Amino acid sequence: MTDDVFAPWNDPGQSPLIRYANVTKKFGEFTAIDNVSIDIFPGEFFALLGPSGCGKTTLMRMLAGFETPTSGIISLGGQDMGNVPPNKRPVNMMFQSYALFPHMNVWDNIAFGLRRDGLPKDQVAARVEEMLRLVQLQKFAKRKPDAISGGQRQRVALARSLAKAPKVLLLDEPLGALDKKLRQETQFELVDIQEKTGTTFMIVTHDQEEAMTVSTRIAVMDEGIIKQIDTPASLYEAPNSRYVADFIGDVNLIEGDWRGDTLHWAEGQTPLAVQSDAPVGKAWLALRPEKIAISKDQAKADNAIPGQVIDIAYLGNLSTYVVEIPGGQKIRAQATNARRLSRRDITWNDTVWLSWTSTAGLVLSE
Amino acid sequence: MKMSRFNVVSLTLGFAFLYLPILILITYSFNESRLVTVWGGFSTKWYGVLFQDERFLGAAWVTFYVAFISASIATVLGTMAAYVLVRGAKFRGRTLFSGMIYAPLVMPEVITGLSLLLLFISIGLDRGGFTIILAHATFSMCYVSVVVSSRLVSFDRSLEEAALDLGATGWQAFRLVTLPIIAPAVAAGWLLGFTLSLDDLVIASFVSGPGATTLPMRIFSEVRLGVSPKINALSAILIGMVALGVIVASLTTKRAAQRP
Repeated sequence: MTDDVFAPWNDPGQSPLIRYANVTKKFGEFTAIDNVSIDIFPGEFFALLGPSGCGKTTLMRMLAGFETPTSGIISLGGQDMGNVPPNKRPVNMMFQSYALFPHMNVWDNIAFGLRRDGLPKDQVAARVEEMLRLVQLQKFAKRKPDAISGGQRQRVALARSLAKAPKVLLLDEPLGALDKKLRQETQFELVDIQEKTGTTFMIVTHDQEEAMTVSTRIAVMDEGIIKQIDTPASLYEAPNSRYVADFIGDVNLIEGDWRGDTLHWAEGQTPLAVQSDAPVGKAWLALRPEKIAISKDQAKADNAIPGQVIDIAYLGNLSTYVVEIPGGQKIRAQATNARRLSRRDITWNDTVWLSWTSTAGLVLSE
Repeated sequence: MKMSRFNVVSLTLGFAFLYLPILILITYSFNESRLVTVWGGFSTKWYGVLFQDERFLGAAWVTFYVAFISASIATVLGTMAAYVLVRGAKFRGRTLFSGMIYAPLVMPEVITGLSLLLLFISIGLDRGGFTIILAHATFSMCYVSVVVSSRLVSFDRSLEEAALDLGATGWQAFRLVTLPIIAPAVAAGWLLGFTLSLDDLVIASFVSGPGATTLPMRIFSEVRLGVSPKINALSAILIGMVALGVIVASLTTKRAAQRP
């Protein structure tokens, strides 16, 4: 597979397809986007991730042309999009509500964009058929949008926005209206279609799992600011701030005084050994629950803290133990249930030991 | 659920209050007798007499074309106004304009009629069918814009954005996406305008001139000389047309509301 070498963002020879340069957007006094710069490369599946109201949709709508930046430049393929109206941009969008035209059937919905380009009839027909095949909806061509299911509507919307073979496809919370099972299937379908068509996808989502599943890179946003842009794995393993660590997955944060090799976290407790080159001072140790081992006896590890089990969440494949450590903080540790009835020796109110290596955690000073 | 006796009585009383006069009028339009208040047996002869009366036929023609043209003008203007007020970019005083478009709905007709008359005189417009059309278009437009804007408010804006996104121009987006979806509301607005024009007396009396007499004006002037059974027949026909218009308008509005 060549997938793992797809990293144009690390290649200085590559030029970006989409470039946001110091883009700011204000609605009256409210700053929705604050001096954002992003480069997105051809063939990427780029995710804008953040809580609702963080500005991710505004950022996307500016690329589609529905909002105008207050300052800064958005360019596509090197061309400044400032004065290009939405209907002239080589960008198509799949709307959160799907925005299918209720008075047209599936076929006419998909053909809408092609007809606007004045394509001859036979070419329109050929392209619509191709799109229907791509999303496996040939049988439903003559149905109106209100006569098909939510999942099918989602696929019609996808086919319609891909029909004109845009340089960039924008997806605004594309799977928000689907139930969990269907959403997971559709995520893989999306990736599949993205690879098949080679189109650059940009997705807006508040679902971190979805962003992790589909994208090559994720921009984590908060209140109009980009907190970090990186691959899903890097975001998870090397978040640059508590905000990102907490937003992507589950994390334990232990506050303390970082002295360059140890974190002094509580009076009278052994300092925690961590390998990190973070600047000394006030800092937080970020520890993922699955990187903490839990045992009844003190384990031989770089770090070990005693605690009391106050809650156990059995998730089937995993169990999450909530352990109260000296000082009263609650730490979550996760263990796979590899054997049936394993770990049954640990139960509520037991005194246990939490242990981890010096490379398991990350020191964050922000 | 079975209605209680109290509900049955109050409903009967209420509807009797509303419809008894109309019912009596329609009944007496089939009166054989020449005397309006004395029942002389069933007959449709007054309808026959009516359809031979040149003056009534002329008035009917004026009424019809005035209603048709004024409703059409009102529909175009009202839809445009509604579109701008609901959809257009926010501009200074938009709320004021939205409020002002409703004002003629509650303005006394006498005042509307008088002010239009003064306007037509001051710009030296000859009064006749044309001025009635203008006057009716003016007040029908408010009704159209009320009906259409209520539909536009519930209209998913992303549909228009999707059309633009797929390469449609603003006008194409309106013609191919917005208009077909709001069409039932536009049609209901037209029917409402048509019906309103049909039964207007006050404003038409103010702004009409010689040679342009509408049916309500004709009826009013005839009645001043004494009620003839012919008038009953004419009124019955008018009631039928207005009722039909209102029913069709409300049905199309209902259908429009059921669409997503």
